[in-house]
Amino acid sequence: MTTVATSGLVGTDLGLTPAARHSALDLVPKAEGKQTARDFASAEEVRWCPGCGDYVILATVKSMLPQLGLKRENIVFISGIGCSSRFPYYLETYGVHSIHGRAPTLATGLSVTRPDLSIWVVTGDGDAMSIGGNHLIHALRRNVNMRVLMFNNRIYGLTKGQYSPTSETGKVTKSTPYGSVDAPFNTMSLTVGAEASFVARALDSDRAGLTEVLLAAAQHRGTAFVEILQDCPIFNDGSFDALRKDDAASHLIHVRHGEPIIFGAEGEYCVVKQGFGLGVAKTVDVAPEDIVVHDAYTDDQAYAYALSRLSEQDLTYSVTGIIRAVSRPTYDDGVRTQVEYAKSVTAQDLQETLNGQHTWTVS
Amino acid sequence: MTQTYDPRAAEPVGSGVTRLDQVVIRIAGDSGDGMQLAGDQFTAEAAAFGNDLATQPSFPAEIRAPQGTLHGVSSFQIQIADFDVLTAGDRPDVLVAMNPAALRANVGDLPRGGILIVNTDEFTKRNLAKAGYDHNPLETADFEDFQVHEIAMATLTAGAVESVGLGRKDAERSKNMFALGVLSWMYGRPLAAIEEFLEQKFAKRPQIAKANILALRAGHNYGETTESFATSFEVAPAALPAGTYRQVTGNTALSYGLLAVAQTSGMEVFLGSYPITPASDILHELSGHKHHGVVTFQAEDEIAAVGAALGASYGGALGVTSTSGPGLALKSEAIGLAVMTELPLLVINVQRGGPSTGLPTKTEQADLLQARFGRNGESPVPVIAPQSPADCFEAALEAARIAITYRTPVILLSDGAIANGSEPWRIPSVAALPPIDPDFAVAPEGESAAGTHQPYARDAETLVRSWAIPGAAGLEHRIGGLEKENGSGNISYTPENHELMTRVRAAKVEGIPVPALEVDDPSDGAEVLLLGWGSSYGPIGEAVRRARLAGYQVARAHLRHLNPLPSNLGEVLGRYRRVLVPEMNLGQLSLLLKAQYDADIQPITKVSGVAFRSDELHEALLAEFAGTLAAHEREKTPASTAAVVVR
Ligand code: SF4
Repeated sequence: MTTVATSGLVGTDLGLTPAARHSALDLVPKAEGKQTARDFASAEEVRWCPGCGDYVILATVKSMLPQLGLKRENIVFISGIGCSSRFPYYLETYGVHSIHGRAPTLATGLSVTRPDLSIWVVTGDGDAMSIGGNHLIHALRRNVNMRVLMFNNRIYGLTKGQYSPTSETGKVTKSTPYGSVDAPFNTMSLTVGAEASFVARALDSDRAGLTEVLLAAAQHRGTAFVEILQDCPIFNDGSFDALRKDDAASHLIHVRHGEPIIFGAEGEYCVVKQGFGLGVAKTVDVAPEDIVVHDAYTDDQAYAYALSRLSEQDLTYSVTGIIRAVSRPTYDDGVRTQVEYAKSVTAQDLQETLNGQHTWTVS
Repeated sequence: MTQTYDPRAAEPVGSGVTRLDQVVIRIAGDSGDGMQLAGDQFTAEAAAFGNDLATQPSFPAEIRAPQGTLHGVSSFQIQIADFDVLTAGDRPDVLVAMNPAALRANVGDLPRGGILIVNTDEFTKRNLAKAGYDHNPLETADFEDFQVHEIAMATLTAGAVESVGLGRKDAERSKNMFALGVLSWMYGRPLAAIEEFLEQKFAKRPQIAKANILALRAGHNYGETTESFATSFEVAPAALPAGTYRQVTGNTALSYGLLAVAQTSGMEVFLGSYPITPASDILHELSGHKHHGVVTFQAEDEIAAVGAALGASYGGALGVTSTSGPGLALKSEAIGLAVMTELPLLVINVQRGGPSTGLPTKTEQADLLQARFGRNGESPVPVIAPQSPADCFEAALEAARIAITYRTPVILLSDGAIANGSEPWRIPSVAALPPIDPDFAVAPEGESAAGTHQPYARDAETLVRSWAIPGAAGLEHRIGGLEKENGSGNISYTPENHELMTRVRAAKVEGIPVPALEVDDPSDGAEVLLLGWGSSYGPIGEAVRRARLAGYQVARAHLRHLNPLPSNLGEVLGRYRRVLVPEMNLGQLSLLLKAQYDADIQPITKVSGVAFRSDELHEALLAEFAGTLAAHEREKTPASTAAVVVR
């Protein structure tokens, strides 16, 4: 066994906390010239179904990337399996289309060894929350530097229409002709519960809202989870119509840090404390100081969790915007700090290590 | 280097000392009795003295099995010799049993006439019952054929350490050192190095250090002053090749091989691993070497471990994952992705008894076919096996070299016997290790009409693809698990392309040059070849030595590369009337050889979780010469219902 100089680490400040406050882009080389969306379009022909929500997400991402000003070759998109996971092929960056549910694992290994990359995971509701659920929660808990874009269409599209872990109870699909008896995940509750340091949500068609959360996610040092509500017109048509129709404003609770949470076309609804959590009230019934002011930066998870509970599977309410963005040590920064520390305190060269403490010589 | 092999040669040298050329010692006790520690110290002593040696520990599967029961017995066996030993020995010449359970679990292996040293303090009615004895076996005629030394080790230890002022229970804890003291006296070993070790180990608890040292000395004095032992023994140093040596276990040597890869390739080595017996020591070892350019990641599961390793490889590190059989099963899909994306990946499988959870702490070689074929689709993967603990270093270097050079996953098949066994290792000079060149692409290769980089452009000769890593400007490309179009790497479902790419992937692996198989046949006239792989190297070697001493002509050869196989293998096999293939499985290599070559292949199989003994293989050889081996092998499978419980 090796003697490890760990005693020096116990209880000391590894310098992780300050690093965690840095932007995720600090170590990524910057592009010299100006970039445009076209610079990020690959030659591969896009093959999603006509009308698929993925098109507009791709367009938004392509126009967001130049705003980051990063060298294109230092951006990596890694996906799993599913319709959304074709995403990397359509971007002129580095990309891996991996295996079902495992994209966060590849991103973890890459993030630990390559701090100079901006790493994006593209996944779907089945990929991230069913087959890959374990990897998702552990990436979030570790807070590995990566962005996870989960396209949630509440259905399995690529396998032609089975219900997913985010499908509403009772959903009739090919595999649930009598209606699903599964209870879905509340995606925000799940991720907040898994210690996520950044959680945000946007609607595929909301270009401005999506761009806003993507830009924030890009800079977040740690695992940034972004859920994108996405339409699958082929197998789950109109699943988010409640959030697109004329009265959508009364269903979408869009939150912005530091602002009171008020929604509805006329601002007629608001969010207030209720029991142990939060609830929706009519603005006229509430004293202005009782309206909850959104705090994305509070370390207290109970708040983010309470906010997440406002979203309901029947889409009566859906919270969008940046729900949580807190600073905490990241796994990959921690690993690198330990390596630096080990190098600073251990002068041993490899030959000395191989020799160990007890050798003998035969001549 | 080796002179003779005559295990029972013993000659008296002066009064009270008998010279041996080798001896096998096994110490056994409760898992809490410190048997491994005592064994390690005896090993260090023998190594420093210059004996050649090999060790094999045996652990219970339960961490803290009930004290005094058969489930809780832990043992450590060592063979020391004045020649180059190949195994830890078949059977002990000396057995130390610290309690009745240890006696019961091990005495069956002690040959008649063997030396048996027992700690009588533990032979109480209760402990005897726990071990399943209804009477004290030492008092029966059964034990008359052994040279029995009954020593009240706990009492003597407690007496010896009285001055330290520990309670009786703590005092008796040092009885393993008492036993080690007795053995040290028997084989004329000085105590200074052990005492130094104990002082270091218990530096923060000087009382415990003191007690252990006193117990050690008391054991030594006991041997010297009591009339109990008629003689002590001498095993002279072995004549090993010149060099600097150390003691090393397989898992440690393997870990060191990976450290060397980081140095010789200049690549960061990233180990993704999930705890699993008997592979965890690789994770433990490497996690302490961060200053050598190795990063370890304890993943949430086996799949994440290999996924993260592959992700690291994608970025230009060498991704490594270590596991055992059940874990390899979980990693299959990700290994397939590495085959498809043609990225380096080193998968270490320290095999154990299977299927399923099987025998976690016992050894087997039954994952060979899983390594070769255990994935969906045509999924060729090079496979390499080390043959001994120290050899794990070279095997790791070779596996990594192939993975990096040929952009392919490589499976390294170690096993429980190699992983925990130890032997002297001639330490290589780091400066003399050959470099490994990852040969990253820096400019577009195989340019398409559009002038873009083609990630699946290949070397005309080796078929190795171009490897550009993120950060290389102008070489941006996408890879993945869907079939790749020849050259561009774009998604392609066309029949011709899949046909081509499948055959190219196979040809690339098939074409990896591996050294020709060398045959050892001093007689040059043998008609029978003993062909092994992996950890059976030692027992095969000893069995062959014996057979040759007895006048038989036997050739032997050992496979390091299980895929691709050496190109001269068919020719070698064809030279022999019969090829015997000992394997700790039901004939997996035999199956591969029969499918591929026209030769008379006879498997010698064993699946007990215990490594081959050389005498078993020796007997198999004798049976072969008597014409009964094939029948013996067939009889191993119960032909009637006699062996099974009938419903
Ligand atoms: S099946 Fe649905 S999600 Fe998949 S590409 Fe078609 S529309 Fe999009």
